Amino acid sequence: MTGWRTATVAEVRRPVPRAVGLRLDVPGRVRHLAGQHYVVRLTAEDGYTAQRSYSVASAPGDPLVELFVERLDDGEVSTFLADVVEPGDTLEVRGPIGGWFVWDCTHPALLVGGGSGVVPLVAMLRAARELGRTDLLRIAVSTRTLAELPYADELLAAGAVVATTREGHGVRPPGRLTAADLVPLWEPGQTAYVCGSAGFADSAGRLLVELGYPATDVRVETFGASG
Amino acid sequence: MAGPTRGFLGRRRERDPRLPPGQYDAGRDWPVLTAEPTPRIAPETWSITVDGRVESPTTWTWDEAHRLPRSEYRGDIHCVTTWSKFDTWFAGVSVDTLLEAARPTADAHFVMATSKTGYTTNLPLEDVTGGKAWVVWEYDGGPLPVEHGGPVRLLVPHLYFWKSAKWVTRLTLLQRDQPGFWEQNGYHDRGDPWREQRYQGD
Repeated sequence: MTGWRTATVAEVRRPVPRAVGLRLDVPGRVRHLAGQHYVVRLTAEDGYTAQRSYSVASAPGDPLVELFVERLDDGEVSTFLADVVEPGDTLEVRGPIGGWFVWDCTHPALLVGGGSGVVPLVAMLRAARELGRTDLLRIAVSTRTLAELPYADELLAAGAVVATTREGHGVRPPGRLTAADLVPLWEPGQTAYVCGSAGFADSAGRLLVELGYPATDVRVETFGASG
Repeated sequence: MAGPTRGFLGRRRERDPRLPPGQYDAGRDWPVLTAEPTPRIAPETWSITVDGRVESPTTWTWDEAHRLPRSEYRGDIHCVTTWSKFDTWFAGVSVDTLLEAARPTADAHFVMATSKTGYTTNLPLEDVTGGKAWVVWEYDGGPLPVEHGGPVRLLVPHLYFWKSAKWVTRLTLLQRDQPGFWEQNGYHDRGDPWREQRYQGD
């Protein structure tokens, strides 16, 4: 595990409403695995600190570390990162962290994401693209509307099944991911990576297990409001 | 530590002394963190076993566990993902009660907790004895919710909450320490929130 480093904000992107993508130059960074996260620590003048974890969206080969931050209206850290941070600012970061929700780019994987839970899955997709192994990935994601889906263009270009719960999308009526969406995506030897809110991850994980997907082949990452 | 972050004022100026460093008060929320699909375990199929370095390996069914002396915890819990939750209430049985029946041998120094799902977490024996740890099935006056480990979880509130294994079914006493699931995946071996033992090397 690495200690704290002082990263410089190279770019600030606004990929979807109410979110920010921070592209960070991390000196001496350790190459991450797709699916890992970083901790960001903020320090006030009086020494007060606050830290939160954010998924990495960038591929391991990207020279910058891209963190996706969903802005929570009552958040303390996410509002600062979304509203105040500008290119040239420095931020204390620690990472990469996590050895479970990671994909090694060699085994088939089923990626199931809800809302901003797609972010670590985007890192997996980008890692697969770097290695020319997108054939290993099957992707299904759920979002309220397509406009709110982070990295929607990349996910659609990769052939992701996209369920939109608040609007129709293509031939799909509004609705959640279903068994009919997931069954055709199964491949032998697959590991499933499920990421989203606790409610999404619980229902998606349960759906997979009820369909007969071995629970031991399902890795879950959840997040709650922790702005 | 680096200097202040430009423009960051911080919101929570009055720091509650119950908050360990780097934690924030989650209020009424209880975030769900998990690494695997949530198992649905019928209480009548659940049991807990204490084995390993003990004189008398013992298994209790749901009914048998409920006949043990009831023990409650009221207080705070702390998650490595930086939320803390004050004034929680859990009820079940003290780990001391289970160990009293199984009688650890003199060379037992560590415990490996195992879940129905295969999740494991390791603890020094002294972190689960002396009224510091419970096996609990009630939360806030009701059954422990399944997403929080129901029907039964381990509760070791003075350590980060990944040590409080959900869906616990086995406590194995060991002579030597072995890393559990998250401990093999980059997290600290002990996890004391007051010392910010989050990751390996802290």
